[in-house]
Amino acid sequence: MSSTKTYRQALALALEKEMEADSSVFVFGLDVPDHKKIFGSTAGLLEKFGPKRCFGTPLSEEAMTGVALGAAISGLRPVHVHIRVDFMLLGMNQIVNMISSLRYMTGGKLKVPLVIRAVIGRGWGQSAQHSKSLHGVFAHFPGLKVVLPTTPQDAYSLLRSSIRDENPVIFIEHRWLYDVEGPVDEGQKIPLGPPAILREGKDLTVLCTSWMAIEAMKAAEVLAKRGVQLEVVNVRTIAPLQEEELIASVMKTGRCIVADYDWVFCGFSAELAARVSHACLGRLKEPVERLGFAHVPCPTTRPLENAFYPSAVEIIRTAERMLGLRESDLGTESFYSYEHKFKGPF
Amino acid sequence: MLLYRRLLLARLCEERIRREYAKDEMKTPVHLGIGQEAIPVGVCHALPPGTRSFGTYRNHALYLALTGDTDGFFGELYGKITGPGKGKAGSMHMCSPEKGLMATSAVVATTIPVAVGAALANQYQGNGHLVVSFFGDGAVEEGVFWESLNFACLRGLRILFVCEDNGLAIHTAAAARQGFRSILEAVRPFGCHTAEAEGAHLLSVIESTRLLLSRMSEDPKPAFLHCAYFRFLEHVGPQEDFQVGYRRRPTPEEFERLDPLLRFEKTLQETGCSVEDLSRTRQQVEKQIDQSVRSAREAPFAPPAELYTDLLI
Repeated sequence: MSSTKTYRQALALALEKEMEADSSVFVFGLDVPDHKKIFGSTAGLLEKFGPKRCFGTPLSEEAMTGVALGAAISGLRPVHVHIRVDFMLLGMNQIVNMISSLRYMTGGKLKVPLVIRAVIGRGWGQSAQHSKSLHGVFAHFPGLKVVLPTTPQDAYSLLRSSIRDENPVIFIEHRWLYDVEGPVDEGQKIPLGPPAILREGKDLTVLCTSWMAIEAMKAAEVLAKRGVQLEVVNVRTIAPLQEEELIASVMKTGRCIVADYDWVFCGFSAELAARVSHACLGRLKEPVERLGFAHVPCPTTRPLENAFYPSAVEIIRTAERMLGLRESDLGTESFYSYEHKFKGPF
Repeated sequence: MLLYRRLLLARLCEERIRREYAKDEMKTPVHLGIGQEAIPVGVCHALPPGTRSFGTYRNHALYLALTGDTDGFFGELYGKITGPGKGKAGSMHMCSPEKGLMATSAVVATTIPVAVGAALANQYQGNGHLVVSFFGDGAVEEGVFWESLNFACLRGLRILFVCEDNGLAIHTAAAARQGFRSILEAVRPFGCHTAEAEGAHLLSVIESTRLLLSRMSEDPKPAFLHCAYFRFLEHVGPQEDFQVGYRRRPTPEEFERLDPLLRFEKTLQETGCSVEDLSRTRQQVEKQIDQSVRSAREAPFAPPAELYTDLLI
């Protein structure tokens, strides 16, 4: 069954389906059952499954992360939710010292089927502590899977796959994507691993994560008017990384921009750039370029925040440079502005 | 005699480690629990079937009390594939989920919330099982201890917290670390069941554990057992460290009171056990340890391909 859904509806539906299918699945975290329902992504769960399977917690991120682990090794499938990924840092000891390592340390005797969902904030003054992405940090630790869906279909299918996975999965959702609408086929299964080719093109590959896929698609639309064909490849599972399609795409186009939704320095973009550069050395017509956050904490005020984040405009300008084209006039183009979707206060 | 055997097993295994350690074949940091043994042995003796336990890096007596498995124990210490973690765990992460020892950790207080999660799972599944969380006095200074205690009390979970209090966090005395008068007094306002036992007195530990378990079945709330004991050896390693000056060597009379094995042997003799009975048990245990050490030394290491197994399913 296919219908048009927003990303938030797709998330809520995936949770509902998994909770229906398996009584060991439960969803918990700060604010999970309240009237705002984590921006609507846990809507209907408390009403349908009751407080045993959908509950709020004390403000105790480390303990609650440990609780998720204890439940997971005891036969349950917890989904722990953070309304901001930044709050997960308080649970980092459990994630890094226990969750990622416990199966290995026990010689494979335990399995840890748990999902930690976390929202990335952006815009309307989210500032330094409500705006990180951290996917590269989590992917750095062996033993964790890391997923960043961009489309409603991916949000739905990858969340279902994550809950069914026997390993710990960090599932990172960009707040702006919550309003994105798209077709969702409830029967479609998407495994953790392969990237999605969002748009095919022959001139340049953009490897992108999370919100940057939206920016890359906009850039591709604008450049298509000048006859430039971008191939947009959305890396939606970054750990474990399935790189064959990424490399095949760059082998085809000979040019690559990595547009990552994170800081560039020591970030996931460096991992992708290194792999692509190594695998495609003789084929690359230009060095691989990387786009990401400016290397400062995220500022609050809008003009500085605009300068902090990479956008479609930067992708366009970088592509033009790499292709030896003059800068096109973007004056008539309309780019995404969050004010079209929400005006605050947050 | 079963209890004596378990107490002895923990002590003699660790005495063997002390003798073998200088050969540098056991390449794993050992946090020996000589003086502590009666706490895990006593608590585990009182546990109902189906209980799951979580511990710390000072876990040898706990592992042995729950499993009796000296082959696996020494296999792990020698880093061999015969260990419960195939050599990926070492001394600090001994575990045996099949015997109820779910996890142990080298980061203080880290298994406490995991134990609480296991207790939540029991409540969720309605199976009535118990969870025990062992930790030291230093853990009480970690925020996650209070977070975990709070959540366990909030949800009325069936969990027994056991504080193995040796008064030292590595080399720092409690008085230099704790801004409260007593751990039990600090815990009491949470409204859980509390009790105290003398850590060197096996029967006192068993009695207090049973008391708490019976209170928990009448009034389903978490329980907290405080057991003070004396750590005879250095924080990590096989040596005594009285000479370095941060604490004094106990007098011979104090030693007798602080040593759980001597005390239990005395109790057994008072109740009719002969010296011969005790030494026969000791010989049997020594023989078991001899065999386990021999087979651990002879066992193979994990092959290189094992490096990448057991990470993800």
